[in-house]
Amino acid sequence: MSDQTLLNIKNLSTSFKIEGEFYEAISQINLQVKRDQILAIVGESGCGKSTLATTVMGLHDPAITKSTGQVVFEGQDLLKMNEVQYNKIRGAKIGMIFQDPLSALNPLKKIKDQITEVMDYHTQLTEKQKSERALELLQDVGIDNPQRTARQFPHELSGGMRQRVIIAIAIACKPDLLIADEPTTALDVTIQAQILDLIRKIQQENHSGVILITHDLGVVAQTADEVAVMYAGQIVEQGTVQQIFENPLHPYTRSLLRSVPQADSENDELYVIAGNVPSLQQMPKDGDRFAPRIPWVPSSAHEKHPTMHQLSAGHQVRCTCYQNFNFPVAPKGVRQ
Amino acid sequence: MWKVILRRVLIMIPEIILLSILVFLLAKMMPGDPFTGSINPRAGTAEIHHLMRINGLYDPWYQQYWNWIVHLFHGNLGQSYQYHESVANLIGQRAENTLWLSLFTMVLTYLIALPMGMYAGRHEGKLPDTIIRIYTYVTYCIPFFVILVVGLWIFGYVLNWFPTTGSISATASGFSGTILSRFYHMLLPGLLGALFSTVNIVQYLRSEVIDAKRSDYVKTARAKGVPEKAIYRHHIFRNSLLPIAAFGGYSITGLLNGSIFTESIFSYPGMGLLFVNSISYRDYTVITALVLLFGILNLLGTLLSDIILGIVDPRIRIK
Ligand SMILES: Nc1ncnc2c1ncn2[C@@H]1O[C@H](COP(=O)(O)OP(=O)(O)OP(=O)(O)O)[C@@H](O)[C@H]1O
Ligand SMILES: [Mg+2]
Repeated sequence: MSDQTLLNIKNLSTSFKIEGEFYEAISQINLQVKRDQILAIVGESGCGKSTLATTVMGLHDPAITKSTGQVVFEGQDLLKMNEVQYNKIRGAKIGMIFQDPLSALNPLKKIKDQITEVMDYHTQLTEKQKSERALELLQDVGIDNPQRTARQFPHELSGGMRQRVIIAIAIACKPDLLIADEPTTALDVTIQAQILDLIRKIQQENHSGVILITHDLGVVAQTADEVAVMYAGQIVEQGTVQQIFENPLHPYTRSLLRSVPQADSENDELYVIAGNVPSLQQMPKDGDRFAPRIPWVPSSAHEKHPTMHQLSAGHQVRCTCYQNFNFPVAPKGVRQ
Repeated sequence: MWKVILRRVLIMIPEIILLSILVFLLAKMMPGDPFTGSINPRAGTAEIHHLMRINGLYDPWYQQYWNWIVHLFHGNLGQSYQYHESVANLIGQRAENTLWLSLFTMVLTYLIALPMGMYAGRHEGKLPDTIIRIYTYVTYCIPFFVILVVGLWIFGYVLNWFPTTGSISATASGFSGTILSRFYHMLLPGLLGALFSTVNIVQYLRSEVIDAKRSDYVKTARAKGVPEKAIYRHHIFRNSLLPIAAFGGYSITGLLNGSIFTESIFSYPGMGLLFVNSISYRDYTVITALVLLFGILNLLGTLLSDIILGIVDPRIRIK
């Protein structure tokens, strides 16, 4: 494994304009993605995972979105790029896999044309070569009859097949970085495992870096190398899979881990922390954003301006409140 | 696909039969008769009764209906009581005028509506979009005949830019002279008709474009690095225009209904004007023939729309 950093996100914040005012959806994100590595981003619905992904891809409408900080990809800050420069990166060097395979494909275009479209803008191949490559890609993502699928329209395919097509599009130009935003959420369990295996396989073959967004810790344990846990637009804990699963520190991480149903536990109890991710307009301006969900922890335990604390190489946690917890360490049965 | 079309055509047969009965009965239920005051203002009741009898108008309705249908199948639509001319001839002359005016209105409608709808959707919320929306709302609120009357008054009478009656000027001669004169006569009614019929298409297209703009497949295209212009051309406009293609068939209905207003206000000698005149004269044979024709054209228009939609939309094409 080389230690080459592909993507370096520094102090990245993104705000959306709601009723005339800007509200931060992600705040001060710092993350690195390396080649040959899968970084998982975990967190509840609404905590800003997709916002992070779409900010890296530059998919936001600039009229209602503001991003500050840096997104350094292969030495260049993406946030400073104009559309023409960005379009040379998107699809070519960064590929994206979306959550909903039904709506992410154009219903009126044949599968083949949707795959070759990405090559139209990033390669010098002839039409014939592009068609051949499209078939090859369909084969690579595990579609049995590429010729047939290429001629079909999205509605003729199953959900799993569509997600394979979307992966084929994302990897068509062999991108260095692959961003998968909940690639398996819309699929049933057996298909989920196949799609994850496929992503892992592609990552290894292309020596690419992957950002895998999910709210499913099972997926993280199975697939990822590094994990970043997000809560209310911030990273609250970050580390390797071992560090996070064996020694979770932040109460939010712990609650997520305990909310995983344990196959071998004596009681079937699910551990869930009460409450919700606050909406953007209700986001507390100051203090620990997780504090309202652990009211029994005295306010003196929280920092006024919570920062990340480095605990061991690569393992970081936000706020000092984690010291107040004495949960038993990682539940058994979560694969590492 | 062919099976679907065949089935749709077969379904049309009972629809047309039902329509013909309905049309016939409605025409019969209209008060009045075609003869009072038409032959000789002083004609006595006895004479009118006599005319009614020899024309079969006292027969039971099913017998009259049957006679009508039998004649219909012999291509005989009957005689007009008002014009003393065969109905087929009468309609034939007018149909051509209506066809040209409708076609012209339709072309103008799409020429205006498509760019407007696409522009408004693409630049949603900007000043031109606001202006276009105000235009659609205002036009939507004003009844069609008011637009026609006001337009005729301003551009026809006050400004005197356009002819106010007829389909061709009496002095027009030669091939190009005739065509130019016809075109000149269609210009104002066509423009006013288009002004009105653009509204639906503009509103529909605008919201289609806005929906498409926010769709996930457009996000996928952006993530592929497709430039904005190409995204509009290959994804947003293409996908938004497909349902509009189906409007083509339905707009036949709108044009026929519209022709009744347009032609009577502009005294344009087409089927619409003929229809209005026939109603005031109780010219049953003409009325029934026209309503039946309008009805069949409407059914064909709907069928045409469905076929177009089936051809352009792969999700429907399959079965
Ligand atoms: N375009 C936008 N305009 C305004 N608010 C937005 C926009 N996109 C996202 N948000 C808000 O930002 C917050 C984070 O949303 P985001 O979609 O990034 O969450 P997520 O972690 O991906 O959740 P999920 O698991 O449901 O996909 C939410 O409160 C959401 O309502
Ligand atoms: Mg999301």
